[in-house]
Amino acid sequence: MSPRPGFVLEVDRSTPATLIWHGEGFRLERLPVGTRVVYGPEPLPPLADPDLAIRHALDNPLGDSKPLQALLFPGMRLTIAFDDISLPLPPMRAPDVRQRVIEAVLDLAADAGVDDVVLIAALALHRRMTDPELRHALGDRVFEAFAPHGLLMQHDAEDRSNLVDLGVTDHGEDVEINRRAAESDLLIYVNINLSAMDGGHKSVATGLASYKSIKHHHNVRTMLNSRSFMDIRHSELHSSNWRMGRFIAESGVKLFQIETTLNTDTFPKELGFLQKREWEWSLKDRASFLATSSALGRTPGGLSRKIFHSVYAPHDLTSVQAGAVEAVHEATLANLFRQQLVEVSGQTDVLTMGLPYIGPYNVNSTMNPILVACLGLGYFFNLYRGKPLVREGGVVIISHPTPWEFNPVHHPSYIDFFEQVLAETTDMFEIEAKYEESFATDPWYVHLYRTSYAYHGVHPLYMWYWCAHALAHLGRVIVVGGDRAAVRRLGFSPASTLEDALELAEDVVGRDPTITHLRVPPLLMAEVT
Amino acid sequence: MTRRVRGAAALGREGLRFLAEKPTRPGGLLAPLPKHKLGVDYDTSWARRYPVRLARAVVLDDITRPIARVVLSPRVIGLEHLDPVQGPMILAANHASHLDTGLLLSSLPVALRHHTIVAAAADYFFDRHWKAAFWSFGLGAIPMERSKVNRRSADLAAGLVNDGWSLIIFPEGGRTADGWGREFKGGASYLAKRCGVPVIPVHIRGTRAVLAKSSSRFRPGATEIRLGDALIAREHEDARKFAARIEQAVAALADEAESDWWSARRRAAAGTTPPFRGPEASPWRREWALPDSARKDQRATREHRKRQPWSRDD
Repeated sequence: MSPRPGFVLEVDRSTPATLIWHGEGFRLERLPVGTRVVYGPEPLPPLADPDLAIRHALDNPLGDSKPLQALLFPGMRLTIAFDDISLPLPPMRAPDVRQRVIEAVLDLAADAGVDDVVLIAALALHRRMTDPELRHALGDRVFEAFAPHGLLMQHDAEDRSNLVDLGVTDHGEDVEINRRAAESDLLIYVNINLSAMDGGHKSVATGLASYKSIKHHHNVRTMLNSRSFMDIRHSELHSSNWRMGRFIAESGVKLFQIETTLNTDTFPKELGFLQKREWEWSLKDRASFLATSSALGRTPGGLSRKIFHSVYAPHDLTSVQAGAVEAVHEATLANLFRQQLVEVSGQTDVLTMGLPYIGPYNVNSTMNPILVACLGLGYFFNLYRGKPLVREGGVVIISHPTPWEFNPVHHPSYIDFFEQVLAETTDMFEIEAKYEESFATDPWYVHLYRTSYAYHGVHPLYMWYWCAHALAHLGRVIVVGGDRAAVRRLGFSPASTLEDALELAEDVVGRDPTITHLRVPPLLMAEVT
Repeated sequence: MTRRVRGAAALGREGLRFLAEKPTRPGGLLAPLPKHKLGVDYDTSWARRYPVRLARAVVLDDITRPIARVVLSPRVIGLEHLDPVQGPMILAANHASHLDTGLLLSSLPVALRHHTIVAAAADYFFDRHWKAAFWSFGLGAIPMERSKVNRRSADLAAGLVNDGWSLIIFPEGGRTADGWGREFKGGASYLAKRCGVPVIPVHIRGTRAVLAKSSSRFRPGATEIRLGDALIAREHEDARKFAARIEQAVAALADEAESDWWSARRRAAAGTTPPFRGPEASPWRREWALPDSARKDQRATREHRKRQPWSRDD
C-alpha cells in the first residue's frame, strides 16, 4: 500500500490526546476542540536497491555533467567532501548513506587508477566529528583506508594555510573556501538533503567556507529576508549561496554534486508509536508509550539523553541524483517535497510545537536554551512554503524543558553568549554590531574549534540570528515547561502548562484564537496557502 | 481547553485504563481500511490443513451430525445420484435457514462430507475475525462475494474445486425471507463450467420451520434433503442459462417434495413445474400460496388451514 499523504486534522471531541515532544521526553495532551494538527506524510518506500541506484546516478548525471567515470583519470587530485554530523537527524543506522555513496565513488576512482584522494568532512563552523562519528558515517572500510594516512580530514575554517580566497561576487561577498577542495581536479560533494534548506550550492559555499565568507549570508539581514530559508526561491540565505556557488564554478573549481533524500522513517520499531497517528496506536504502542514515558520520568537527565542519542533512525534512501549542482538540486527538492510537503489552508493565531531532544547542533550533546530557540524559531517555524503557519503578530508556543545547561566541550562560546550577551540584550542588530567580531575572532574559541570539538565562537550568534525572521514576525513566544530563568533570558514567556500558555497567548491574539499544532518529528514542510 | 492526559510518570489505574482503551478515531476522518484481512481477503488455508480437517471431522461426525439427527430428523433422498460422479462436484441448494449448511454437510456420505467446503457470504460470515475463524473451522467455509463479481473469491473456489474439493453453494445468495425461492445467481454454474465438474441440485425442506431468517425462535422439526441428477453444462451454454437450468432442477425437486416423484417428473417434462420463486403477486398472496414445509410456523399454519375449506391440504 502506498504511503498516506500528510494532512491537517481538526481536533474534535473524539480525537485522542496528541503526542507532544518535550525534549528528552514526551506526553499526551488533549488539544482544544477546533485545533488543527499538521501530520506529515508517511515514510515513502525505500529504493529497492540503493547501491544500484547510486551507481545509476553516477553513470547518468543530470545537467551538463559527464558521467563520473568519464571525469576520473590517473594522476588526478580528487577530493570528496561530505556532510557532517548535523545530518541526518537522528543519525541513521548503518550503513549511512554517505558510506554507500562514497564507497561507490571510490570503486570508480580505483578502477580509473586515481591515487590522490582526500576525504573532507564539510564542517563549516560546526564542531569536528569524533572518530566513532566519522567511522559511523563512512563505514569501517572507508575510515580505515583513509583516516590512518591522514587522508580523512575535517574542514578547518580557521586554517589560513588551507583556505583559498577565490575573490568577490558581484554583490561584494568574499568567497573563501577549502584550498584542497578548490585546487583539486575534481571536487565531489556527497550530501544528505534532510530538509529543503540543505544541499545545492550551499553545500560547498557554506560547508567548505571560512568565517570571512560565511558571514555574508549568516547575518541578521539575510535571515530577515529569507521567508523562509526552507524555500530557496524566497531565501536570501540561498541567493547568497547560489551567487557564491556560481562564482566558485566560474573560478575553475570543478564540482560533481551527489545529493540524496531519505524517507521520514525516523524512529526504530521499539519507538514506532512516536511516528504513528495517535488514534492508530495499538495495544503494543500504548504499552510502549507508557513504559517509555514512565521509565524516562524516572531516569536522570544525563542518562535519558544518552539513551535518546543512542537511537539510530531507520531512514532509507528514497532518491539519489548526481551531476551539475543546480539540476541535481532541482531533482532533489522534488523528491524531498514528495516526502515532506503537506498542504495547509490559511494561517493560524497560535502555533504550538513540541521540540524533541535533537537538533542539527546537539547530536551527542546537550540542547541548550539557544539551540532550543534555534530549533523552534529557526527550524520549525521556517518549515513552510508560501506563508508562515502562524500569522504576523501571532504566538508560538514551544514545549521543551529548556534547561540552563550547556555542553562545555561542544558549546563553550554559547555559555558566554548566554550568560553575558543575552543578559544585556536580545536585540540581534545590536548583538551583531557589538559582539559578533569579538566572538568570531576570540583566540580561545578559535583554538577550541580547531583542536577540540567545539562549535566556532560565532556559532551561538548565528543560531540566535536564525530566529530573526520568527521574532520579527511574532507577537510573543511562550515556552511550556521550560526553566523559567532560561526562558526569560531568551526574552520569551514561561508557562507551566499548555493551558496556561494558551491563556497567555490570548493577551496577544485575543480570545478564542485559532490554534495549529505542528506534529514534528517526523519532519514535514507546510505549503501554506 | 487542553488537558494533560498523563505526564512522564503516570502508571497505576490511569495507565491501565489507557492501555485497555483503544484510542477513539477523530470524527472528521474516513473509516480506516480493515487492518486484518477479512471478507473475501480472509485466508482460510489454515482450515484445510490436516490437523484442522481432522478436528473438523470429529466435530462434524460426533457433534453436528448427532445433533442434526435429533433436532432436525433429516430424511435424505437421492444419495444414489452421487454414485456416478467421479471426483469433485458442486452441490447447489435452495437456502431457507442457517441450519441448511450443517444439515446438508452432515447428511452427505462420509468420504464426501470430509472433503467438501462451503461457499459462505464474505460480508456476513467473514466480517469479524472470530466469525471467520469459527465458520472456516466448523464448516470449512470459504468467503464468497455475493454482491458483486469478485475475482479473488471465484479464483479461490475454482482453485479448491480443481484441487479435488467438492463445494456446497447456495446460488440464491442468501436465505429466503418469505419462504419462496429466489433467482439463482451464476456463481455455481460459472464454477461448474470453469472447472468442468457436475452440479448436483439439492432441495432442502423444513428448515425454515425450525429456524427462519430474522427469527430467534428455534423449534425442532422434520427436514428433508432431496438430491437430483447430476447436471453438466452443455456446450455453448453460458453460465446464466446453466444457472436457470439448475434452478429448474431444484424447483422440480421442490415439486417432488410436495407431491411425488412421478407427478413431479411429468410436470417437469410438460414444463408445468410450479414456479420455484412463487407467484408474481402481492406479499400476502405469496404467503398464502406457500406450501406447508416452507412456512415459518407449520403448527400455526396447520391450525389456520383447518379453518380454510379451500386449502390444498383438504
